[in-house]
Amino acid sequence: MATIHVDDRDYEVDGADNLLHACLSLGLDIPYFCWHPAMGSVGACRQCAVKQYKNADDTQGMLVMSCMAPVQDDAYISIEDDEAKAFRANVIEWLMINHPHDCPVCEEGGHCHLQDMTVMTGHDSRRYRFRKRTHQNQDLGPFIGHEMNRCITCYRCVRFYQDYAGGGDLGAFGAHDNVYFGRFQEGTLESPFSGNLTEVCPTGVFTDQTHSEHYTRKWDLQFAPSVCHQCAVGCNISPGERYGDIRRIENRYNGEVNHHFLCDRGRFGYGYVNREDRPRVPEWRERQRVDAGPGAAGVVGGTISLEIDDALDRAADGMRNARRVIGIGSPRASLESNHMLRTLVGDTNFSTGIAARELELLVRMNELNTRCGLPSPSLREIESCDAVFVLGEDLINSAARMALAIRQAVNAKGEALAAERGIPSWNAEAVKTLAQEAHHPFFLATPDATELDALAEQTYHAAPDDIARLGFAVAHYIDPEAPCPEALDDATTALASRIAEALMVAQRPLVVSGGSLGTPAVLEAAGNVARALARRTRPGALSLVRREANSTGLSLLGGQSLDWALECLTSGEADGVVILENDLYARADAGQVDTALQRADCIVTLDHQRTATWDKADIGLPAASFAESDGTLVSLEGRAQRFYQVFEPSYIRPETRIRESWRWLNALKVSVERQVMTPLTLDEVTRDMAMTYPALAPAGDAGLSAAYRVHGLRLAREPHRYSGRTAMRANLDVSELRAPQDPDTPFAFSMEGYAGHAEPRREVAFAWAPGWNSPQAWNKFQDEVGGHLRAGDPGVRLLGPLPGDYDYTRTLPARFAARDDQWLAVPQARLFGGDETSARAEPIQARMAETRFTMSRGTAERLRMSPGVPLTFNLGERRLTLPVAISDAWPDGVIGVPDQSGLSLVAPEWGHLEPQEVRA
Amino acid sequence: MSRILQDRDERRPETHPLTFRLNDDGTPVMLDAYREQQGYASVERAFSDLTSKTLIDELKTANLRGRGGGGFSAGLKWSLTMQGEGIPRGYIVCNADEMEPGTFKDRLLLEQQPHLLIEGMILAGFANNAYQGYIFMRGEYVDAARTVQRALEEARAAGWLGRDVAGSGWDFDIALHTGAGRYICGEETALINSLEGKRASPRAKPPFPGQSGAWGKPTVVNNVETLCNVPSVVLHGADWYQGLSQGKSGDGGTKLYGVSGKVKRPGLWELPMGTTGNELLERAGGMRDGHTLKTWLPGGGSTGFLLPEHLELALDFDTIGKAGSRLGTGLIAVVADDQNVVSLARNLEEFFSRESCGWCTPCRDGLPWSVKLLQALEAGEGERGDIDLLESLAVDLGPGRTFCAHAPGAAMPLASAIHYFRDEFERGVTRGQGAAHADPIPVGSV
Repeated sequence: MATIHVDDRDYEVDGADNLLHACLSLGLDIPYFCWHPAMGSVGACRQCAVKQYKNADDTQGMLVMSCMAPVQDDAYISIEDDEAKAFRANVIEWLMINHPHDCPVCEEGGHCHLQDMTVMTGHDSRRYRFRKRTHQNQDLGPFIGHEMNRCITCYRCVRFYQDYAGGGDLGAFGAHDNVYFGRFQEGTLESPFSGNLTEVCPTGVFTDQTHSEHYTRKWDLQFAPSVCHQCAVGCNISPGERYGDIRRIENRYNGEVNHHFLCDRGRFGYGYVNREDRPRVPEWRERQRVDAGPGAAGVVGGTISLEIDDALDRAADGMRNARRVIGIGSPRASLESNHMLRTLVGDTNFSTGIAARELELLVRMNELNTRCGLPSPSLREIESCDAVFVLGEDLINSAARMALAIRQAVNAKGEALAAERGIPSWNAEAVKTLAQEAHHPFFLATPDATELDALAEQTYHAAPDDIARLGFAVAHYIDPEAPCPEALDDATTALASRIAEALMVAQRPLVVSGGSLGTPAVLEAAGNVARALARRTRPGALSLVRREANSTGLSLLGGQSLDWALECLTSGEADGVVILENDLYARADAGQVDTALQRADCIVTLDHQRTATWDKADIGLPAASFAESDGTLVSLEGRAQRFYQVFEPSYIRPETRIRESWRWLNALKVSVERQVMTPLTLDEVTRDMAMTYPALAPAGDAGLSAAYRVHGLRLAREPHRYSGRTAMRANLDVSELRAPQDPDTPFAFSMEGYAGHAEPRREVAFAWAPGWNSPQAWNKFQDEVGGHLRAGDPGVRLLGPLPGDYDYTRTLPARFAARDDQWLAVPQARLFGGDETSARAEPIQARMAETRFTMSRGTAERLRMSPGVPLTFNLGERRLTLPVAISDAWPDGVIGVPDQSGLSLVAPEWGHLEPQEVRA
Repeated sequence: MSRILQDRDERRPETHPLTFRLNDDGTPVMLDAYREQQGYASVERAFSDLTSKTLIDELKTANLRGRGGGGFSAGLKWSLTMQGEGIPRGYIVCNADEMEPGTFKDRLLLEQQPHLLIEGMILAGFANNAYQGYIFMRGEYVDAARTVQRALEEARAAGWLGRDVAGSGWDFDIALHTGAGRYICGEETALINSLEGKRASPRAKPPFPGQSGAWGKPTVVNNVETLCNVPSVVLHGADWYQGLSQGKSGDGGTKLYGVSGKVKRPGLWELPMGTTGNELLERAGGMRDGHTLKTWLPGGGSTGFLLPEHLELALDFDTIGKAGSRLGTGLIAVVADDQNVVSLARNLEEFFSRESCGWCTPCRDGLPWSVKLLQALEAGEGERGDIDLLESLAVDLGPGRTFCAHAPGAAMPLASAIHYFRDEFERGVTRGQGAAHADPIPVGSV
């Protein structure tokens, strides 16, 4: 700690910080541009100048850049000094020389750091009277808009893109007052983290192009704290709504999870919420049974829209008439909705809606997270690990934000080296210079090459079983009591002992694995490594990647597999089914699903998307998406987090009958049981859920109860400058409707309510503080800039290691052997298109790569295949034709099948090529 | 080709350590001739008699100050280089990116006496525990590059470079790197970035290159002339070296001085440190007929203007510094009475503005503004307030406010030009201070 004297007041600060970091953390305002809490100081913009004095008697002082000045004990500084103030105003004047002053038509306006800083310095009139320099802009793809004339050359974009996120296709070009930030030629930005440029850029150079399509100023958006539903990482987001549509997704700061950054799937994948074809009223589908055998259409006839009561009556009738009704839940729906479904159909009739082989892995992952002795880390904890071993996960594709965290962990070697030389970790360029290519040990075992390979000390590309064998061998070299796979070759043995050594000398080793390959042995291997580490060394962490937003939650809630549910229907054991937010066709073979649904006499679906499954239902109930509902999700970390309703859909669209799934299911239950309907609130459902499943008990406290108040106020969803409320529905009715009421959360659908930062609170709908309209306003909510929210970061953790001495798994797979006439199909995660809902958003579709079967060069030569040639692959009765891609990394005898490409594959399966295509 | 304007009789080994070997015809002194005239003797002495520490101490005592313009003690710089257990062996980088306007001294040494530089770099490598040297040379110095390359090959063949230098058991080699043409590469950390293949933006100091320089290793960057002074210090000792300045200055040694502009005999001379401007101008034969001296720059474009009365001052770092300018490279540029100071300032600022790397705001955006104001004044289209604005820019471009010394260097001639010749600037002010406006952009020009 150190004491500093700022403008005649004394403060206690962390002596390891720079003055800017320290002052901002104290809540003092110093304008800045090039500094970023996650990226440190570079001293480029000169905006954060303050006066520093030698001692109490020095009246002269000198200007220093606070971001580059280390905190010294007993330092005297002045922010308010006239010379410092004048210089800071001059810096803004220089930055504005070539700035187009196009705020009224600029999409950054209203959440622009440059605007905020300009106001903060007081610069208000230009003296420059000459011509401005102009640039040409580039088409950077579907996500990011580019307007270089607004650039103030702070270098943050390239520092984020290259140094932080490892991207290679955005750079700084030119010199003097003609520096250009862009690509070497027009084209889509390749980094899956490009969306962060929109928040990293302090002005409107890089803007959210998906937002441009339906632009609204920040102050006119309605926000709620939400959680990304596009994968299992559980990043916190602030979706903004206007006129019943989500307009953009902003990062919501959670110091333990995503802190400042999101991946592009999460940020730009919201379009499915706004789809025109979304079911908005209940539908009843007339059906005539056609017993024409398998493959014939099960449903013919028309669809009619229903009112709520009618829909509930018909659904209840159908369910009452059925002998046995089963429920199929969903890992993309909330705990509350799944719980209500389970309550409706009864414990013995509930399926999680997850394929059996995936569910088995999910359950196993929960066991491993509690029974290996190593905790499941948050992303922040991952960033502080100093050795990483990844088994079987292509993280950029299966958990992109985690890949970004691992990058930081591996690159933190530079900070360790800098510390030895007395270079502070915030001196970003100096740390980078010293570090050069130094990384913490990082080993990666995956079938294919991945984008993280470049950081790895060594990679191992092999078939799933061989990846598992490497893992088992590593465990064995850490602890000889762990079993060693038989017949290991020398290279693998050497690699395994090298990895074991690196993990053992590390302070915080991290093991990462997951379900992407659908191979239990890979997980077991990771488990053995974790156990061996827990027995032999100091604390480490075990992170296991799940696929969907609530995969973890649903596996903790429990239930049967999807295969069980389909079998129940096919065999006639059950003849009624309620399907919750789940497109069965995305998870099981279409023929199997067809047969099962054909046999059912009553199909009720709830969804917010018009899926193939929806089209098969007798009754379809329009469910709320994450944007229109509240609920709890459990992330892959085991963190239960609440997402809050952003807007009430019926306010702008009175004809809509969208309801939260848990609300529909409760109404359905009441109707089936012919009870009298009483209002139900989220708090009641959450409480009931938490009481029902011991493993989920803490999840009851994941969010704020509806009774939460700050100074007696609800929390505002809308900024206080929100405009047009009296007019926005005038086309429907000239009298202003009462604002929707929210019985479920403490948030009001209004600008009325608490929106400040003075009172610590975990759930922040939008970050705003006086003078801070940009995302930099998060500074004001943190215990120190870039730290944690003052009230604690959102979420409660459900998975932790239980005490005990756990035995190693001793069933080890044999070495993978390629077969002559069969090929092992292995699932391949993919970022864009690999997720059911975001794949329905247009910008994501524009970014999806063509799906291909991947095979090794050896396999391709054997099959005489060349890239791009179509190949038909058979798995039992399923078949799929895709063009071929050749990978030098991919092992022989194995064929990669991308997720969501039309061939439902949750685990490796042996398959055949169509005979005529085997030309060998 | 640069030429030394002193003939061989004047250039004696005991008084002219930098130039005594030079041929009168300007042909390079290659290895054989160099060896015959004490060449590489200092390396032999260092290997037999000196350690890194004693060599550095000798250099400190000699008070050899950086000849690139900074004037920082070379010995002190070397003593701050990290060495020892756990510290990797680093680099010696010779700053031969001579691009200071009006400066042509390093060129002489590079073109005509490459082995002196190589010898100096070997000593620097020995003292600083480096294993590799780089000569970062201005790309336009084509002849110099060819000569230095030949010399490097000669030295390597003769065992002065490479493995086991001169049987000492110590390895050291030197590579030549020619620059792509940015003035900012003369700034030592921008030079290192450029050498690494990165954008030529300067780095923050601390850490200094001696802690973490090229590729993160301890690195010493010295100017050509500085390194060329080292062999004689090592060979003859600090006291001898101190004496070379003949009491004209507190600093040791000789200096390559030069004169350019409207003088009768522009050129270069090796003279004791602290020689006066008058003596130098005399050597240059005085002003050309019909011209009188109006003002002069003591050592390149990034130094402040001085008046004729300042010619009596000793040309050394401290004296010129006290007069409000900088010695810089010590090559003076004279300005005659018929030359317009506003145009001169505009020309200089245009150069500095163009050569800004674009990293920090005052330099990147402030310098071009100063150029436009100067252009307006030059064209007689200045507005009231323009001169005040230029003065305030010159303050804000000063030391501590910008990221490196580039902008302070640019501010110095600007501030001093206004200080001494304000009337010339005022002649350009023809308009009142109007409302803020921008000139309309002619149709079709964007």
